[in-house]
Amino acid sequence: MAMIEVSKLHKWYGDFHVLQGISEKVEKGEVLVICGPSGSGKSTFIRCINRLEEYQKGTILFDGKDIHDKSVNINNLRAEIGIVFQQFNLYPHLTVLKNVTLAPIKVKGVDKDEAEKVALSLLERVGIHDQAHKYPAELSGGQQQRVAIARSLAMKPKVMLFDEPTSALDPEMINEVLNVMKDLAREGMTMLCVTHEMGFAREVADRVIFMDGGAVVEQAPPDEFFKNPKHERTKAFLKEIL
Amino acid sequence: MDRALNYQFDWQLVLSGEYADWLVSGVITTLEISALSLLLAMLLGTIVAVMRMTKFKPLEWVGLAFTEFFRNTPLLVQIYFWYYGSNQVLPEAVNKWLYAHDFEFAAGVIALTVYTAAFIAEEIRSGIYSIPKNQLEASRAGGLSFIQAYRYVILPQAFRIIIPPLISQSLNLIKNSSLVMVIGVMDIFYMARQIESYSFHGFEAFTVATLIYLSISLVVSLCINLYNKHFLRQISY
Ligand SMILES: Nc1ncnc2c1ncn2[C@@H]1O[C@H](COP(=O)(O)OP(=O)(O)O)[C@@H](O)[C@H]1O
Ligand SMILES: [Mg+2]
Repeated sequence: MAMIEVSKLHKWYGDFHVLQGISEKVEKGEVLVICGPSGSGKSTFIRCINRLEEYQKGTILFDGKDIHDKSVNINNLRAEIGIVFQQFNLYPHLTVLKNVTLAPIKVKGVDKDEAEKVALSLLERVGIHDQAHKYPAELSGGQQQRVAIARSLAMKPKVMLFDEPTSALDPEMINEVLNVMKDLAREGMTMLCVTHEMGFAREVADRVIFMDGGAVVEQAPPDEFFKNPKHERTKAFLKEIL
Repeated sequence: MDRALNYQFDWQLVLSGEYADWLVSGVITTLEISALSLLLAMLLGTIVAVMRMTKFKPLEWVGLAFTEFFRNTPLLVQIYFWYYGSNQVLPEAVNKWLYAHDFEFAAGVIALTVYTAAFIAEEIRSGIYSIPKNQLEASRAGGLSFIQAYRYVILPQAFRIIIPPLISQSLNLIKNSSLVMVIGVMDIFYMARQIESYSFHGFEAFTVATLIYLSISLVVSLCINLYNKHFLRQISY
């Protein structure tokens, strides 16, 4: 059974048909990279998966279950699907450690000592355990994004969504975040990554899909995708970003 | 003319005996009416702010009408309105109860509460709206419920923004409370005027009253500041 199965997904903003029938299957442990020009609906698509956006037609199954099924509690669903945003969106009034432990303690009822132990080991994994007691504003962008990843991982999600996690970073900080993501991918995390980092895609993606105008135009394993893009629009796009 | 030239200051007079008792009872009334009005205004202000932030239009409009009406009419007029008009707008039972008790005091509390609540509602609303939308989104995406997101993420950040203007609203309330003497509430200002009319030592009486207002305000603002330092450390979670 696929981890995520999207069928004929349509979404409109008023009259604007932003997602025009997307169907995608993501297997457990698969790493899917989503690229495409700005405004093509990439963010909207992945935000539908954890119901940050509602959609009007189609279905999304998570772990075999329709995410709109009555038996699905939206907060539990979101606990199982982590998301990392372009702008980090850390909680500025809480220390790094508390950013990471808030949801486990309040949503999952993990006790505080246990949550902190897990948080510290996650922070170590992303290389910032020595900053645990600082506030987000005292960290660099790259460090903040790594905290955001640790915050999501603390919920032990089955899937991680990334929405251009490195686009807001200074170039010298991009790799520290990509490396964390690569480690995750190699450890078997199921990931959907909206990114234009083609090195990342080549190294760890199982599949790359190209979106344009609210639809998936082309999809292929990374080698093939970069060597032999079939569609004109894909070629034009790749020419621009490579 | 004569009197002005020969005016003899007599501080002792207003600070002892019956006049001093009057001032003390005035201070107590001022503190009571301010504290009660502030408490009620915080409650009402929060309710109105929430009304204005719901996505339910009729509630939004009531909230908007409330804040605009009471912020944009003079407090003095509102005080007279509640004093003379309350029997028209309030339910019969409430009025009976008010007349049986201290009606002037009650009318004063209502006026100060409603007026201050309108300002507080705006401070709360704009404080909450100033927190970026992505904070709610990030909390909800992490699995927090709407209430938890407000409790642990939005409100703690909003409080930091709201508290300084709330302090100044509280101090305004204390100063505004002096207006209720026009309907016969025997607060500091009322007592000072009474001393003036009995003793003709108005200058001393009003100077003392002014200093009392000043000290109350300073003490209140000091206390709130100390409390906040402690409170803000507590509310993170
Ligand atoms: N809340 C919204 N209301 C109306 N249009 C929106 C909204 N959010 C996004 N859009 C539009 O939907 C399109 C797709 O947006 P998005 O999914 O953010 O694209 P991408 O992430 O690929 O850049 C864009 O044209 C954008 O302007
Ligand atoms: Mg986007």
